[in-house]
Amino acid sequence: MHIGNARSSYQADEVMWKRPAHKGAMLLIILSLLILPFWVGPYHLMLMSQLGIFVIAIAGLNILTGYTGLISLGQGAFMGIGAYTTAVLATGYGFPPWATFPLSIIMTALIGIGFGLPSLRVRGLYLTIATLAANVIIVFAIRKLEWLTNGDRGINIEPAILFGFSIESELEKYFVIAPLALLFVLFSQNLFRTKIGRAFIAIREQDYSAEIMGISLIRYKLTAFAIGSAYAGAAGSLWAYFFTALTPNQFNLSQSILFLAALIIGGMGTTLGPLFGAVFVILVPETLRAIAGLITPYYPLALQATAPITEIIYGLLIIGFLIFEPMGLSAIWARIWRYIDRWPFTR
Amino acid sequence: MNELLYIVEDSLTGLLTGGIYALMAVGMVLVFKATRVVNFAHGTIMMVGTYFFFSFSLLVQQLGLSFWVSVPLALLSTGLLGMFLERVLMRPLLGQSVFSMIMVTVALISVLEGLTILIWTSDAQYPPGLFPLQISFIWEAAVNMQLFWGFVIGLSLFVLISIVLFLTRIGVALRATASDQATAYSMGINVPGVFGMTWMVAAMTGCLAGILLAPLNSLTPSLGHLGLSVLAVIILGGLDSLLGTLIAALLIGWLEAMTGHFLGGDYREVMPYIVVLLIIVIRPYGLFGSKEVERI
Amino acid sequence: MNSTQPKVKTNQDREPLLRVDSLSIAFGGVQALNNLELEIQSGTISSIIGPNGAGKTTFFNLVSGFYQPTGGEIFFRGQSITSLPGHKRGALGIARTFQNIALFRGMSVLDNIKLGAHSHLKTGVFGAGIYIRLAQHEELQLRETIEREIIDFLEIDHIRNAPVSGLPYGLQKRVELARALAMRPSMMLLDEPVAGMNREEREDTARFILDIQEQWGTTILLVDHDMGMVMDISDQVFVFNFGELIAAGKPEIIQSDPAVIEAYLGREKSDISRHIKTQ
Repeated sequence: MHIGNARSSYQADEVMWKRPAHKGAMLLIILSLLILPFWVGPYHLMLMSQLGIFVIAIAGLNILTGYTGLISLGQGAFMGIGAYTTAVLATGYGFPPWATFPLSIIMTALIGIGFGLPSLRVRGLYLTIATLAANVIIVFAIRKLEWLTNGDRGINIEPAILFGFSIESELEKYFVIAPLALLFVLFSQNLFRTKIGRAFIAIREQDYSAEIMGISLIRYKLTAFAIGSAYAGAAGSLWAYFFTALTPNQFNLSQSILFLAALIIGGMGTTLGPLFGAVFVILVPETLRAIAGLITPYYPLALQATAPITEIIYGLLIIGFLIFEPMGLSAIWARIWRYIDRWPFTR
Repeated sequence: MNELLYIVEDSLTGLLTGGIYALMAVGMVLVFKATRVVNFAHGTIMMVGTYFFFSFSLLVQQLGLSFWVSVPLALLSTGLLGMFLERVLMRPLLGQSVFSMIMVTVALISVLEGLTILIWTSDAQYPPGLFPLQISFIWEAAVNMQLFWGFVIGLSLFVLISIVLFLTRIGVALRATASDQATAYSMGINVPGVFGMTWMVAAMTGCLAGILLAPLNSLTPSLGHLGLSVLAVIILGGLDSLLGTLIAALLIGWLEAMTGHFLGGDYREVMPYIVVLLIIVIRPYGLFGSKEVERI
Repeated sequence: MNSTQPKVKTNQDREPLLRVDSLSIAFGGVQALNNLELEIQSGTISSIIGPNGAGKTTFFNLVSGFYQPTGGEIFFRGQSITSLPGHKRGALGIARTFQNIALFRGMSVLDNIKLGAHSHLKTGVFGAGIYIRLAQHEELQLRETIEREIIDFLEIDHIRNAPVSGLPYGLQKRVELARALAMRPSMMLLDEPVAGMNREEREDTARFILDIQEQWGTTILLVDHDMGMVMDISDQVFVFNFGELIAAGKPEIIQSDPAVIEAYLGREKSDISRHIKTQ
């Protein structure tokens, strides 16, 4: 049971996971991330890697939209910039992964800052529309810069070569992506233990009051855009090596909406929100496909219907969560923990 | 000389399309005026309404009736859909953050589009045109008469709605609700009723715009995406100004046509988004919108 | 970081901490402040009083940089800050609380106070993300300073981890004061610090304000309608009416100024001190 607070130093009070149970849970998750891959088949491994990429992109969106309150419908396109930077540098100029990855991050962050400029004048609805427009324009630009991106025909890229190893199998890809995803999530979590993260939240909560505290809105809003897009760039770079075949329409508006949906479902402005959200949006179509596979013998069109039904379910989930649980799955998760903490004194 | 004629022709086509855009935009502006929510799914509701029209037209054909009967049927059912959506989705969110409301309408796009694909598949359909497909000449420029009548209908409805808004009791109720919900409530105005009504009227005007637009191309579930480019119209117009919306609609229609003429069809699609981004950076309150001053 | 200045007695020869020079602002033709001239000496407690709509909060908004004046200049420590952006004024040492509490509602009391110290911290994005020695050290140092100097001082140790949105009004006001204090300001603007409080809370707050001035040497400028407190703790009182400064001086002089009495009580001639007693 957890009621009092017996910590005797401020350091102990400022640690990330305050209860032994949390530390245990974290250890368990990391252990299972290490063991699970050897146990599941390549298809599930692929899903886990995709999950890692999604987690990075959504964690970036979480910093921008969840914590700083700057709504973005452009995360998908920013991921596209990262993916194409990697693809062009790798196939066109033979850059190795250890160069394309950081360069993609820098490139995306810079473009993110550019498209973040409207946030200095507008917010809420207007910013949503501005980022939506940014998404359409970026994808259009990728499509039109044919000499660089090969337009709608797309780019195929070679497997990444790291330390002389060619990263080809699903297992190898997983062991590159999963640790990176973990690092990016930890980085974002640490931000919110310091002045940087607090300033972001302050801007979300009450921007004029933040300004009085000496927080430069210009600087911090653009920083939020830079970090948010940098995450998208990292996710995009991994995406390029992971899916190997890139086309512009992988990054259109529906991808951005998917990321935002995942964040809402998972819980905006929470540590675990991006993880929960990513798991959810990957599991929904998989589950539906499994169900469709089961009923196809009786109803041959079932498989065709999975795509629209997935759309409908995403939509209904967003609506449901916004109306009934605006803090998403994280709120439910927290409630479960509170229940465990107080047991057996719960009603 | 020939080139000039083409430009005039394209300009005319653009302005006429702008008239239909105005009809699409008026619904979004109405909903915004009353509820302070921009309905991102407005185009999607328009698309569903057009499918209603398509289905009704097949039905009345089987019953041996004139296809005109399907127009009021489609309008009515789309209006009811609009009211239903307001009641079920927007009402529980009253008083919540703008973000929640926006995201619900974004989510609505997925739901409605998914349902449409399930019911009608994503293959292109060809609903009947209200007016015969014919070309007339204004001066020497060829004009598609379907587009012309669409323009006329769009514009007259737009004017009609403006008159209703400024001269009738319903309009007063709506404007009172727009300026202060709580006060409107206490003055005995049925605020939820006003909300439901604006959503209904918005859905109906959207449906009509869809019926007018569909025969010019074809009907697919992606017709709804046009609603997103109409965002450019309402932002340029200033969100709550009807006159601004009308001018912006014609301007965007014309700009689209000119972009198509000089740069090609691809650029035509992206042009509204470039415009909207520029307006937001340069003049967020649009041509005629009211600047909102925040009090501390 | 340690800027505990020696307490300075009001001294007319020194350059005032804050000086405004023919400050004016108009909103769409309405003159909210007109040719305002005033000086505030370092280390004093000054109050602005006046009827609603007299321009008191507008004056605060001008000093903290939310509005740009249509005319005139604002000097802080002899330096013009008229065109300085708001966040730089905060970093320069001008703190502020708001009439209708502007705390960060979703955050805990501790985080709110930590935000006050924002401009004294040096952690950058990368240091923060990796949370290595420097960032960690700085955060712990901050926590200790806040606990020792602010949380204890304002007697809010029992609520340090509570989210502010659930706190009662009086405590929220105190947390806002704590947050302003964490900025280690040389001047604090307090907009109605005791409005809506009960008698006990009002007395506590008055005591805190006096202590802040005494222990930290902070110059205080406040706006309030509580005449009793204003007259008790102020070294100097400014009276605003319709955007103009109609009187300034020591409390006892203000209380018997006919212009003030008229502004407050209309034509009726009566003693403002009786008005104070009834409060």
